[in-house]
Amino acid sequence: MAAITRRLSPDARRNIEGYLFIGPWIIGFLAFMLIPFVFSLFLAFSEWTIAEPPQFVGLANFRELAGDELFWKALRITTVYVVLSVTLRVTIALTLATLLHQVIHGRRLFLTVFYLPVMFSGVTLGVVWGWIFPADYGLLNDLLRRIGIEGPNWLSDPALALISIIMMSSWRVGGMTVIFLAGLEDIPYELHEAAQIDGANILQRFARVTVPMITPIVLFNLVTSMIGAFQVFGEVQVLTSGGPYNSTLVYVLYLYRQAFNFFHLGYGSALAWVLFVLVVTVTALLLRSSKSWVYYGGVRV
Amino acid sequence: MTTQIRHRAIGEGIGVRLLVGAGLVLAATMFLIPILWMLSTALKPAKEVLIVPPQWIPSEIHWRNFVDIWGLGRLDTGIKNSAIMTFSSMIGVFCSAPLVAFGFSRLHFTGRDKLFVVVLATMMLPSQVTLIPLYIIYKNLRWLDTFAPFIVPSFFGGGAFFIFLLRQFFMTIPVELEDAARIDGCSTIRIFAQIFMPLAKPALATVGIFTFINGWNAYLGPLLFLSSPQKMPITVILANFKDVQGGVQYNMVMAAACAAVLPCILVFLIFQEYMVGGIALTGIKG
Repeated sequence: MAAITRRLSPDARRNIEGYLFIGPWIIGFLAFMLIPFVFSLFLAFSEWTIAEPPQFVGLANFRELAGDELFWKALRITTVYVVLSVTLRVTIALTLATLLHQVIHGRRLFLTVFYLPVMFSGVTLGVVWGWIFPADYGLLNDLLRRIGIEGPNWLSDPALALISIIMMSSWRVGGMTVIFLAGLEDIPYELHEAAQIDGANILQRFARVTVPMITPIVLFNLVTSMIGAFQVFGEVQVLTSGGPYNSTLVYVLYLYRQAFNFFHLGYGSALAWVLFVLVVTVTALLLRSSKSWVYYGGVRV
Repeated sequence: MTTQIRHRAIGEGIGVRLLVGAGLVLAATMFLIPILWMLSTALKPAKEVLIVPPQWIPSEIHWRNFVDIWGLGRLDTGIKNSAIMTFSSMIGVFCSAPLVAFGFSRLHFTGRDKLFVVVLATMMLPSQVTLIPLYIIYKNLRWLDTFAPFIVPSFFGGGAFFIFLLRQFFMTIPVELEDAARIDGCSTIRIFAQIFMPLAKPALATVGIFTFINGWNAYLGPLLFLSSPQKMPITVILANFKDVQGGVQYNMVMAAACAAVLPCILVFLIFQEYMVGGIALTGIKG
């Protein structure tokens, strides 16, 4: 082997070496990503229930989707969830980071507290909040009772179950908060100083200095949390199983049922591809819109 | 430190600072309440669980719940299975992600940058797209109902996110270090193993922690690829725990939830320095 490599040109040797290092990834990418990805596209145009070999059916799955009421319902529910949950979480995280940015003492302790919920799996999250929402025994309504409000039946009211899930999701904002805080630290102090000399008060400086400077990080957090929110599954499965009356049937839950409860593997793949195209489209739209609202003046991104 | 002191000057006087402090304390309390509620319920005797209005603090601390849960619903098996899967996949990630990241950051070969864009693109791919084909592939490999789907793939790259994170770190190591070693006749693999790996300890710690938490908290994969109750990880066991308990003994369910989340919380509390650093590294310096 050594004799062969010695006879090769330096360029060829460099290439062999490079590909040996990244080789594991190439194999993994082909076997567990690219091949399944292409296979999934083929399945989206096929009918397959495992028992019989897959049959190519053209656009039949997608035509069926167009007339599938539950598909549209799941899409609607997921859209509401993505928009509200992402907006709420970005707002909470930015607020927390802004507050944290103002303190030195205890900053670490507060950050630890805000980050703790991130340690909860979707399942643990659903289990714990499943004991916060119950109308009689739950903590939430007890807190409301103490301030004189008779709380509703959160999880069994179709109008409120999705709201409950969005509230639950707003508890996990620690990751975003850390990223926002790092971004706030990167804003040159001179900008604040200059604004202060010009007579800007704290709120004006927040609106005119902090907010524009932090927009690249807002974009980053929006995109990553949006991609995650489209895939919400575990906590919903545990908390409501999609009920009551399918009012919390999020997209991946519906996909899971079609593919693995009914073994409609072709139809499930079509659902997965619609999700994929949706995520890519929304990401592209966000990135494109960013030209008009993201300020790339001083922050390296 | 100096920048932090200067930053504080953003706040205007004692009034603003008090307001900020009050806001943080209020927020922190709200963030802690669900955890305290879980803990308080887990320590209640059965008769105090279903009381209206709920009792916030148990009249007697019932530590026994944490002993009694172990026999129920295969909780102990779940913890053991999660530990096996999590630690095995950590080994896989440690064996492969640094190699690949080193290749992408310090070696020069044709097509490197294009392939790295592919690595980044795979981070955005919703895993549901490959889930159904993977199920079929694993079925044909006879990997269904084994731990292989959760361990073997981690040996092949270890995940795009970790490659990315380690690459970002390797990029910061000065090239002079590498050059000096080469002049001394060091081979690439030795430069990687004896210079880069020891320097990368903080980044490797970040990767290890995230692998641990992802593995411990995995749910959809095990739900699909495993079927025997004795092979299920803690997440699946916990999700079914409520039904095993008939939906009444919420003190037991909460004790089980505590047991499920405790390893992650401990890892976080011990290594939080690395985690916070890692998140910040990937977040903005992309």
